[in-house]
Amino acid sequence: MTATPVIEGWFTTGAEPRLLASRCTACSNVVFPPVSGDAGAAAFYCRNPACDGQEHDTVELARRGRVWSYTDAQYQPPAPYVPASDPFQPFALAAVELPEGIVVLGQVAAGFGVGDLRVGSEVELVVETLHADEAGERTIYRWRPVA
Amino acid sequence: MNVVIAGAGMHPWGKWGRNFTEYGVHAAREALRDAGVAWTDVDLVVGGETVRNGYAGYVAGSTFAQALGWNGARIATSYAACATGAQAIDTARARILAGLSEVALVVGADTTPKGFLAPNAGERWNDPDWLRFRLLGMTNPAYFALYARRRMDLYGATAEDFAQVKVKNAKHGLENPYARFRKESSVEEVLASPMVSDPLHLLDICATSDGAAAVVLTSADYARRHGLASPVTVAAVSTVTPTFPNTVIDMPLLATDSSAVTGVPERTFKESIGQAAYDEAGIGPEDVDVAEVYDLSTALELDWIEDLQLCKRGEAEALLRAGDTTIGGRIPVNPSGGLACFGEAVPAQAIAQVCELTWQLQGRAEGRQVEGAKVGITANQGLFGHGSSVILSV
Repeated sequence: MTATPVIEGWFTTGAEPRLLASRCTACSNVVFPPVSGDAGAAAFYCRNPACDGQEHDTVELARRGRVWSYTDAQYQPPAPYVPASDPFQPFALAAVELPEGIVVLGQVAAGFGVGDLRVGSEVELVVETLHADEAGERTIYRWRPVA
Repeated sequence: MNVVIAGAGMHPWGKWGRNFTEYGVHAAREALRDAGVAWTDVDLVVGGETVRNGYAGYVAGSTFAQALGWNGARIATSYAACATGAQAIDTARARILAGLSEVALVVGADTTPKGFLAPNAGERWNDPDWLRFRLLGMTNPAYFALYARRRMDLYGATAEDFAQVKVKNAKHGLENPYARFRKESSVEEVLASPMVSDPLHLLDICATSDGAAAVVLTSADYARRHGLASPVTVAAVSTVTPTFPNTVIDMPLLATDSSAVTGVPERTFKESIGQAAYDEAGIGPEDVDVAEVYDLSTALELDWIEDLQLCKRGEAEALLRAGDTTIGGRIPVNPSGGLACFGEAVPAQAIAQVCELTWQLQGRAEGRQVEGAKVGITANQGLFGHGSSVILSV
């Protein structure tokens, strides 16, 4: 059984994982989630209305950011959410502002809840298991409070 | 030239389990009766399209035109998520202003499923609305909870404040014959209801409902020539989209735009929706007597009060605690009872807001009248860059 990212190309793995973003080669505006190749040609038309860039490269975003806001899910979300356990275990969610001027939503690392977070508090990116299927563990990026 | 609302009608909100066409025709006939206009005189029907979690494709204006009996009217169909009804009104208004229509009927109706709104079926790895559930388990209430929590940490809002919004709206809606929930609530009851997404309890979050609303729009000149009673002027219909960069996380997205290239914009998307309405009407927030805003959650009503500049940022709780947003207060908000009493019927909801303001400005909102109201404003925001604000005046 191996652990593989639940979605390809959104984050690096290893000891110090990072989110991957697409950066416009013309104006350097970054977007997350990164552009997917199978989304077709329209996937990367630069969002900056003053830019007609259509080419992008891939960049890593800062690993640490500050909490914009946070909450949790105390009821099991509907499909296509795949519960990791039965019975369902509530989990926390955070929107995190990165130095690149972008706020990224993610689950909060296992073992942490809303009581561990404040607007403005520091968190860093980790990669953990989202759920497991017949092919093995599926991993996802998460935000972990920095002590 | 002005466009006026000549009549308004609704089908009561509820869980009736019938076809949306029935609700729409009921509301349409009520609006036509209210206006004193015959269906055969209507030359344009604009339908608010029924949606599922943002996806278009279920209903069209023709559905209502055919159900009322083909009368040769032209038809249009609007889709703008929660702003669908306002966009439909905007389409009707534009054709009237252009001299291409004299009498337009705008109808929105919906039948909604129970529980969390979930995305369409199938594996869609490029669709943010699918990915947010699959990768994060991010429901609509979780987005509402992010905004609510921010109010607590930044402005000192409390769970009791949020509950008080529900208590106020429940009281407002008691006498509204179209409201689904007509029962007083208490702060204790809200706080005792199950926590869905901290800090929001079940009773902080609006339900989904069946319902329909309709308005008859004409030119002011037509209303005069036909002696239509108490027309209400449509002073503005704002349906602006976001301006890059959109820096507030929006359902169903997983991230905001980056502000690194251009800097943080002067106004958020929601602030710009209201500002565009004020600019178009040539009035300011100080001129507003009554507001109907989209309280998908209790805390969101407080956000809207500030987004519409009815008070300064961070001061909505003080307004609420002083009773200023209650009927009889300085600026009553959601006299209809709001979504707290209705539950959301997406393509009908923005029209329902306009119906309520119409009756308020005509002095016909029995049991919930804001005395002497001359100017009213609505506001809502939905998925995929849709939002609206309508200003009515007498």
